[in-house]
Amino acid sequence: MNRTSLPRSRRLVPAAAVAAAAALTLAGCSSSSGGKKSAEEADNASAGKASTPRMTIALVTHAPSGDTFWDTIRKGAEAAAAKDNVKLIYSNDETAGDQANLVQNAIDQKVDGIAVTLAKPDALKDVVAKAEQAGIPVVGLNAGLGVWKEQGLLSFFGQDEAVSGQALGTKLNGTGAKHTLCVIQAQGDVNLEERCAGVKKTFGGKTDILYVNGTDMPSVKSTITAKLKQDSSIDEVVTLGAPVALTAVQAVSESSSKAKVATFDLNKDLVSAIQKGSIQFAVDQQPYLQGYLAVDSLWLYKTNGNFSGGGEQPVLTGPAFVDKSNVEAVATFAAKGTR
Amino acid sequence: MSVTQQAAPAVTTPPASGPKETDGRTTQRSLALRLLARPEVGVFLGAVAVYVFFLVSAPPVRDGSSMANILYQSSTIGIMALPVALLMIGGEFDLSAGVSVITSALTASMLCYQLSMNVWAGVVVALLVSLGVGFLNGWMLVKTGLPSFLVTLGTFLILQGVNLAVTKLVTGNVATDDISDMDGFGQARKLFASSFQIGDVQVKITVVWWLVFAAIATWVLLRTKYGNWIFAVGGNKESARAVGVPVTFTKISLFMLVGFGAWFVGMHQLFTFNTVQSGEGVGQELIYIAAAVIGGCLLTGGHGSAIGPVFGAFMFGMVQQGIVYAGWNPDWFKAFLGVMLLGATLINLWVSRAATRR
Repeated sequence: MNRTSLPRSRRLVPAAAVAAAAALTLAGCSSSSGGKKSAEEADNASAGKASTPRMTIALVTHAPSGDTFWDTIRKGAEAAAAKDNVKLIYSNDETAGDQANLVQNAIDQKVDGIAVTLAKPDALKDVVAKAEQAGIPVVGLNAGLGVWKEQGLLSFFGQDEAVSGQALGTKLNGTGAKHTLCVIQAQGDVNLEERCAGVKKTFGGKTDILYVNGTDMPSVKSTITAKLKQDSSIDEVVTLGAPVALTAVQAVSESSSKAKVATFDLNKDLVSAIQKGSIQFAVDQQPYLQGYLAVDSLWLYKTNGNFSGGGEQPVLTGPAFVDKSNVEAVATFAAKGTR
Repeated sequence: MSVTQQAAPAVTTPPASGPKETDGRTTQRSLALRLLARPEVGVFLGAVAVYVFFLVSAPPVRDGSSMANILYQSSTIGIMALPVALLMIGGEFDLSAGVSVITSALTASMLCYQLSMNVWAGVVVALLVSLGVGFLNGWMLVKTGLPSFLVTLGTFLILQGVNLAVTKLVTGNVATDDISDMDGFGQARKLFASSFQIGDVQVKITVVWWLVFAAIATWVLLRTKYGNWIFAVGGNKESARAVGVPVTFTKISLFMLVGFGAWFVGMHQLFTFNTVQSGEGVGQELIYIAAAVIGGCLLTGGHGSAIGPVFGAFMFGMVQQGIVYAGWNPDWFKAFLGVMLLGATLINLWVSRAATRR
């Protein structure tokens, strides 16, 4: 009996799927609100195209795949590449050793420049030196502010995580908050820990840290709810990423806490949450700018010998605050997924 | 030993009329010992121990709304742990279960957003896709004879890549667009992600679904022919086939059941959070499997229950939230979790050993 049931269901499943999809479309199952139809068509930033010879630049990051923040960095890099007549090779791996292999891969491909994030600088030290010996210019972005100079990088584009955390702490002092909960979505991530440490340093009240599992949103929600329940004196939740911030808003309303939510990093849903007032403000480190400038600076170095930041100082892309007062200016860009 | 015990009567006789007092050893065993030999009793005691522990050390846990929150966390694990457990009793497991939740949510969200359709259309197509993924897993397994570890590891990686690449291709971003203002969203949210009031406590609908699914799974497992087939194919595939159990059908349908669970949890996430990030879900498959194993399902198949994983999932939710309610130093969070789970599993193991020794 299993012999006969198999081919029948094999034909049945895809056929049923196609039929159902077709039927649903034809049967007028269309939505009268929302959806792609109602979304505005928006053009991406473009500024013509350089006539310089085609070159190849590699961008190697420590990003996890499928994360909105890192996608924005990549979009910035792609925009600069399109403008500068550059072929961009993007690769990413969370594991430091594998990221080093990706840099080696770029060296083997004899690229004209490498942009790299130094989240785990020691693991990348050797391979970065190798690239420099091979005569390939290297710039840093996003992570590695403390080490880019000693590793001989041309320039660095990013924000000082500690400084941005401190800026947020200072801003909170003006809002009347007394007890802050800083939510870290990946335990042990150096950048994220630095942000919360920065908040703790400048914020006048008490700062607690909470770890959540960033790959499981329902558990993020219930963990924040649990913490707010456990300590009702918490009147401010600080999150370190936009999706976590939006989840924190739900957790606050469910635990009937009066806490406000502030966050690091933006995406388009977060921008509308700031417009609606469910999120106080966001610290924006402008990831699009980091990707864009990293590629563009390599192009400038190759075609005109320029050093961004003079080779002495990092180029800071943040912290910039986005709150109700300036959110409208950001909203149109965020809708395209570039801010 | 327990493997053959479960499988043999399952295929030859209906479960209601089991052997009585014919075997000298079974009559000597007390009721308590026989109860202890049930796969879910160990985890029940473990869950009670963990619950009492946190009741004592974390005062907020005593609050009704805290319990609702713990149950919510447990239900999102538990709804998936149920089909994963049935599959495991059937002798296989599914590494793609974590990412298929996200696949389902992404499918529904992108389909109705891109084609501007009523969200129910997306929900239905996502169900077909999820069942299709389950079917493909089971079909490949049966056709190739490869271990489920390999087959589902392959699907896990494929889905992980497809989730990311297709989302990026379709939306231009790595997260889906907000569908909360589209037709049908409110109704779908009622079904998958609403909550209701008991006294002054907000209870999530997923908790109800979790318990309903557990009841159905228990009934199927203990009272139907299909339930017998599950035990039989997990115990010994060849002898099950020899006595006429449709092994192919049973295995494929179990994988499709996991697909159904992934769809349900995926829909819950979509209608709770409105958008889905394509990189989520990785690692969740291990938590589902862990909940099933803690719940008394053998990794080798042929033994287990549907109610055990309910307590397994509850234990996960209890420990994860209990640590937070207790306000302990969060640096130790993962370590606490590991120690508590290992401890509970050991209680589980010890109880079942003590019960079967005599």
